[in-house]
Amino acid sequence: MTPTPDMTKILVCCGTGCIANGSLKVARAIRDEIVAQGVAATLDLLVEETGCSGMCEGGPIVRILPADIMYYKVRERGAKDIVASLGGDPLKRLLFKDARGERVTAQSENPFYAAQVKIALRNVGLIDPLSIDEYVARGGYEGLKRALAMTPDEIITEVERSGVRGKGGAGFPTGRKWRTAAGYDNYPKYIVCNGDEGDPGAFMDGSTLEGDPHGVIEGMVIGALAIQAEEGVFYIRDEYALARDHVQRAIEAAERAGILGDDILGSGKRMKLSIVRGGGAFVCGESTALMASIEGRVGEPRAKYIRSAERGLFNQPTVLNNVETLATIPYILKEGADAFASVGTETSKGTKVFAMVGKVKHTGLVEVPMGTTLRTLIYDIGGGIIDDRPFKAVQTGGPSGGCIPDSLLDLPVDFDTLKKYGAMMGSGGMIVMDDYNCMVEVARYYVNFLCEESCGKCTPCREGLRQMHAILTDICEGRGEQGDVELLERIGATMQDASLCALGKSAANPVLSTIKYFRNEYEAHIDERRCPAGVCVKLTEFTIDPEACTGCGACLRACPTEAISGAVKETHVIDSEKCIVCGSCREVCRFNAVVTEGRRA
Amino acid sequence: MVDLTIDGRKVQVPEHTTILDAARTVGIAIPTLCYLAGINDIGACRVCVVEVEGVDQLVASCNNEVASGMAVLTNSPKVRSARRTNVELLLSQHDVECTTCVRSGNCSLQTVSNDLGLTKVPYRKDLVTASWNEDFPLVRDANKCIKCLRCIQVCEKVQATGVWDITNRASRANVGVVGGIPIEQSDCALCGQCITHCPVGALTERDDTDRAFEALADPDRICVVQIAPAVRAAWGESLGLSREQATAKRLVSALRRMGFDYIFDTTFSADLTIMEEGSEFVERLGHRDTETFPMFTSCCPGWVRFAKAHYPDMVDQLSTAKSPQQMFGAIAKSYYAELIGVDPHRIFSISIMPCVAKKHECALENMDDAGGGQDVDLSLTTREVDRMIRAEHIDPALLEEEEFDAPLGTGTGAAVIFGATGGVMEAALRSAYFLVTGTNPSPDAFEEVRGPRGWKEITFHLGETPLRVAVASGLGNAKHLMDALASGEVTYDFVEIMACPGGCSGGGGQPILDGSELAGERGRVLYGLDEADVLRFSHENPSVIACYENYLGAPLSEKAHHLLHSDHHAWSMPHA
Repeated sequence: MTPTPDMTKILVCCGTGCIANGSLKVARAIRDEIVAQGVAATLDLLVEETGCSGMCEGGPIVRILPADIMYYKVRERGAKDIVASLGGDPLKRLLFKDARGERVTAQSENPFYAAQVKIALRNVGLIDPLSIDEYVARGGYEGLKRALAMTPDEIITEVERSGVRGKGGAGFPTGRKWRTAAGYDNYPKYIVCNGDEGDPGAFMDGSTLEGDPHGVIEGMVIGALAIQAEEGVFYIRDEYALARDHVQRAIEAAERAGILGDDILGSGKRMKLSIVRGGGAFVCGESTALMASIEGRVGEPRAKYIRSAERGLFNQPTVLNNVETLATIPYILKEGADAFASVGTETSKGTKVFAMVGKVKHTGLVEVPMGTTLRTLIYDIGGGIIDDRPFKAVQTGGPSGGCIPDSLLDLPVDFDTLKKYGAMMGSGGMIVMDDYNCMVEVARYYVNFLCEESCGKCTPCREGLRQMHAILTDICEGRGEQGDVELLERIGATMQDASLCALGKSAANPVLSTIKYFRNEYEAHIDERRCPAGVCVKLTEFTIDPEACTGCGACLRACPTEAISGAVKETHVIDSEKCIVCGSCREVCRFNAVVTEGRRA
Repeated sequence: MVDLTIDGRKVQVPEHTTILDAARTVGIAIPTLCYLAGINDIGACRVCVVEVEGVDQLVASCNNEVASGMAVLTNSPKVRSARRTNVELLLSQHDVECTTCVRSGNCSLQTVSNDLGLTKVPYRKDLVTASWNEDFPLVRDANKCIKCLRCIQVCEKVQATGVWDITNRASRANVGVVGGIPIEQSDCALCGQCITHCPVGALTERDDTDRAFEALADPDRICVVQIAPAVRAAWGESLGLSREQATAKRLVSALRRMGFDYIFDTTFSADLTIMEEGSEFVERLGHRDTETFPMFTSCCPGWVRFAKAHYPDMVDQLSTAKSPQQMFGAIAKSYYAELIGVDPHRIFSISIMPCVAKKHECALENMDDAGGGQDVDLSLTTREVDRMIRAEHIDPALLEEEEFDAPLGTGTGAAVIFGATGGVMEAALRSAYFLVTGTNPSPDAFEEVRGPRGWKEITFHLGETPLRVAVASGLGNAKHLMDALASGEVTYDFVEIMACPGGCSGGGGQPILDGSELAGERGRVLYGLDEADVLRFSHENPSVIACYENYLGAPLSEKAHHLLHSDHHAWSMPHA
């Protein structure tokens, strides 16, 4: 059904997170209720499954337009009341409660959304991703039409003027990349979409592909026109089945609509798009490894003395852009370079999408102007730290990003600032940590991940990560030695200076940045044999502070090994012999009575 | 031309020169480990990194080309630190047992780490447990491997065999036999090129020197040794001898010091091979209607293993004549045992070969035709013999030359060139010409088959008969030739194939000089010996003539068949 402006739309978020929480069943229940309650007779109604609407922590989310009512944590059983309330007052119990405890109705009243500016995600969560008509109704393919009236040089100039930089992490100016590839007179050329999002906790690209596939397709076609390519490949992470399905169906719809194929919108230009499933390795997100993988070879990086723009996929000139970058392109062409450049900072234009997870109250997918501070992201949009515990660090840029401490929370987030402080913006993963996170263990976690994901080709990355992992494990398990931190720094410097590809060059960041900002935690592990955060099992002993304990018994019930004893309303005691340092008691204690002084006896 | 500066010095080199090569032109040596020109330039070890002004990260000099105005620093503090850490990291996965390593003193890792002045490895030792069939002629020590991947590349790109592969992944990436199968179940041709291209001691031949010393120490054993043609062109390299010093006769002298009872020359049996194989070919030519052509040489056991593994349907086209090593062994334990009147079981027959596959060949179950146990009891590589000379504290430079023993120490120039690609073909043609026409050709009539090209084809006339012959060395070239034959693209009458590039002089058992391919230089030594020889036709070898007259009768006689030919269907690949 083609939507009309005054019809009532019920948008059910069916991003991967909400689906996992049962949103497909919610959508079905709402449809059933509409039939059961017979409201269709009086209301022009449309129920749609959309892409990710952002606030994953509040999912499944249902939004009703044009009234702009946003319901959170909707279950199947809520469908009946939602449908019954259509046209009337919103259901209070499903509304968002803000920091003051007030219920808010409209999306814009929710602070999670208030500070956001959506360019790449302009359609995600608002339309049925499989409906090309809805995409077109929201101005889709207008940018392409404008591009078709321009010369390749004019398109590139427009993109250059916008200042857009590659959002996959490196921040290379997109226009310059296109101009380089356009400069080679060697055909065929290719445009490749990097959808191999592999950072733990990141879901920006997956959500974009799922929620607005036509937006990325349009970006691909415009890019192809600019560099005079007639073929494009989506390289989509193996795990992203839903994204692949949506992109595939969107490609088919675009072919039927004459947007892809032998005669793009009657222009005589040609474009063919296909999908390649990712090879399942983190390193395949690296450009040369990704192209090797598309060609059917092992996904291993090669030295980049020949740039992909000159000889990339199948040895032909190739442009590789990230999903978010491509999703931004149609906006630039439609609204103009100036409109895009008016957002952001001097050197980082436009917006950036982040996947914010961890110990933050409101996790989810957010898009903010470049230059927004970490504090705004975490405290205004994210609502602060869960249980209002102290913030300790935010890890940005995926596994090879860095950890940023409290003192730098007012840093503007853009390509250049974070790099100066040993972190990186990366593709947009953002993991928030509180005082219960051990930074040595965090470093070890990421190094372990990278050990598994290094391609194993060059010495610094392969052996350096192995050694780092061995040293960090020793530190976490109480075998750290004097000089280990310096050794880690030395390996890290060599990895940064001498690795073959970008993965290796950045793989030391989690270690180097935690040493830089949390050196005292390393020293506590090594010198005092204690883990201040109470995470490293061999360096932690929990005790109960008799002053704080109220004898409520919550810890006693939570303990999986029956290590806690104590009568009701009397101070409880932990038997360190039985304790496995799982931290369950500390999690449930509402009086901060479970404390750790350090080494296990 | 491109102008740049390296360590402040002005350098001018042609476009597309690598930084590494550009530095070498002005005598600046940048250390490398994984780099193998044209074969492995993947820049993986990061030991050759240099600093390029204006570039944040260090770049690999082996695969980055110079650019105009580039300012390169090959030894800045940043470079030194990264290089040092990289080598230390490699050593953390290396057993560092240099004192018991056959590559000690000839190891690129040892050299680089000594050059960098490393005195300790600050990192956690991280060795692996890997099992290996130590009875197989090719031995891999996982705890010496530095994952440079040269073996994989040589085996795949040069030898078209692909025995090695990356096993496991990520930071546990290692090298192993493709598919994780035991080496003896693989298609390994035992060419040994992975050994000669390994920068460290991770790949070696099975060490048989103890067995040789044991036999020498046994008073009941009569130790007979044969020296292969290509050995004489290389044996002195790792002993510090000049090519002029390192003659076959000086090696004879060293072996005599070591206690060998009789020192003979494989050139004797190479001439015998020509008699048998040449006669076989002439006979096959007489049955053009029933025989399938081309006939292939079979003196290279690496090639025979390769052919059986990849072209089993062509096995009948291999000459049935045994290799010179095996002909020698069979004659030593029959004809020669009779000559000196001993029980052949008392003879311990050792060969010195430029080859690893010969160890497999001499141990084949059907190589015992003389009735004295295995015809050849033990095959040593050139490297092993060099190690034995050192172990005996013999300084060969101080030794006078000594003569081979008679009569199996006599060979012709035609046999000496067996050690270079094309040599067997040339020797065969010299004698085949005589067999067909009854007159000798000029000894250099067939010199077109010489030279380093991997695949050569020439048409000659033996009298009236036109003869299309081809010569290939290196199994990659052999594969191309075989594929062209199979597709009908080419047709030949007689084909010589040697598994190692350049033939036996570049054999997998020869001394190793990392970064250098010495087959051509050694081959030229052999051609020089041929040219200087008074005997240049196998059929004119007096010892061979005597052997036929007094013992075998004639080529292809029943006795010759029994001792000097073998059935290629007696075994098939894979074969341990």
